Amino acid sequence: MNTLTIPSIHYLTILPVLIFFGSSLLLLIASAMWRRSVPMGFSTSLTVLTSAAVMVVTYFQWRGLDKSGASTTVAHAVVLDGFSVVATAAIALSVGLAALVAHDWALRENVRGPEYQILAMASSAGAILMTQANDLIVIFLGLEILSLGLYVLVALDRRKSESAEASLKYFILGGFASAIFIYGAALLYGATGSTNLTTISYFLGSNVLLKPGLLVAGGALLLVGFAFKVAAVPFHMWSPDVYEGAPTPVTGFMASIVKVGAFAALIRVMISGLGTQLGTWRPILWVLIVLTTLVGAALGLPQRNAKRLLAYSSINHAGFILIGVWAGTARGSAALLFYLVTYAPTVVATFAIVTVMGGLGDERHSLESYRGLARRQPWLGASLAVLLLSQLGAPLTAGFYAKYSVLAAAVDSGGSILALIALLSAAIAASFYLRWTVVLYAEPDEELDGSRVIVPRGTAIAIGVGVVLTLLFGVWPGPLVTLAQHATVYFLP
Amino acid sequence: MTIPASWFLILAALLFGIGAFGVLTRRSALIMFMCIELMLNAVNLTFVTFARTMSDIGGQTSVFFIMVVAAAEVTVGLGIVVAVFRRRASTSVDELSELQG
Repeated sequence: MNTLTIPSIHYLTILPVLIFFGSSLLLLIASAMWRRSVPMGFSTSLTVLTSAAVMVVTYFQWRGLDKSGASTTVAHAVVLDGFSVVATAAIALSVGLAALVAHDWALRENVRGPEYQILAMASSAGAILMTQANDLIVIFLGLEILSLGLYVLVALDRRKSESAEASLKYFILGGFASAIFIYGAALLYGATGSTNLTTISYFLGSNVLLKPGLLVAGGALLLVGFAFKVAAVPFHMWSPDVYEGAPTPVTGFMASIVKVGAFAALIRVMISGLGTQLGTWRPILWVLIVLTTLVGAALGLPQRNAKRLLAYSSINHAGFILIGVWAGTARGSAALLFYLVTYAPTVVATFAIVTVMGGLGDERHSLESYRGLARRQPWLGASLAVLLLSQLGAPLTAGFYAKYSVLAAAVDSGGSILALIALLSAAIAASFYLRWTVVLYAEPDEELDGSRVIVPRGTAIAIGVGVVLTLLFGVWPGPLVTLAQHATVYFLP
Repeated sequence: MTIPASWFLILAALLFGIGAFGVLTRRSALIMFMCIELMLNAVNLTFVTFARTMSDIGGQTSVFFIMVVAAAEVTVGLGIVVAVFRRRASTSVDELSELQG
């Protein structure tokens, strides 16, 4: 029998995870020790400062990468490369912005307490761990840390029964997906003798499996687990219900960091681990992408509820991001990273606007309540219009270059038909984004006229940052594109 | 006489299948929840069997991680089930139909 040796740990690599988790524990202990309840201002500032600290750490990680290149630590289970650093920064930014929105929401709804911030920081530690994981078990741990926090966050609004109902649905299907994922990991372990992605890749590169059944079954189960998490069709059923039932700021938080964490882990598994088997996975991914983009766009059309519409919109986006995985090239990874980094702040800002529009009780989410918003409150209306156009993929917004780069990567790898189908779905999806935008600028109803919604300062900052980033990366994508391409140069192995 | 490893693997696959079937067909949140636990334990059995056949300790340590995760899932899951039950006095998922469309 082998013996266990304690692996060496490079602390700069896991510092983002440690900071988020430590901060979450600190807040938990503080809330237990505090004589009365922890002031809301304290917990929110702590979260925002923690996110800022993590972004500073990612800067130093990036500097270190320039000097010494990518590295693995904790027995090759955690990796520090450009991809993980950029994805970590995107997660930290989303957490900070979402914390501001949740703060104002909690004050409005009188859901006081530090629970949101504690759970959000713990979840983000899981998401960051997923971006860095180089071992199937570590991905599983990250996935569970991310999900367990989110299940509770979805149920945060105790006075609303929809919130608990959504949470139960999310929990059952999430647990089901996790079990499928880890069974896939177990079969892959049986086929290759390791759960470490680098070792798996090395094994597959130097051996020919006479009976690839275990490997194929394992990989397929992993893919199903991921498809559940990112809400790819046909595993998307939970997503509209959960998006609608969850408190709106939680929906925004969830939509951004789950996508970043899960896709970062997925592409690492598919490229680093099973890269040699790409021919086997491509047809499966192809079907998944076609279904996800088309069904997401088509089912979004009849929606009259802003949150459900955004849920289907995010399903459509998941299909586009999957194209980056399908391409399986460095170009595909760079496109996927660009997509994730621009999509995360956009979606947080969109849900921030939906939060303020929801009004007291978080219930006014029909598209009709947006009628004439841009005439009553030009800045708020214009911001939402920019964010929607970016999700549509209109030129001069970040969404345009994001969509363009994944499609270009697909065409590059011989997927012209796939790119055409995805474009078609984008055209279908455009009709619901445009319809919403037109409603914003339509003549307001008499009775609704003059009813201005209040935009608290924190939420305004979150919306502002989201819109500015969307426009900045849209007009001037060069630096971020270079960064994303640079980030995949380090992509191991 | 030793039992061949494949028997354990088949048993694990059966357990996993029963669990998955249960999640998809049963209507009580608690039973669905137990089925998920059954699936996780089937995975544990698979990991231990492979670790044993390859005499590799990695698979056995994985089992500990999965057990801890399963325990954490129980605490969160039961909390959510209790929160729903308090409001409706039922754990049947058929009655959870406010969110549709």
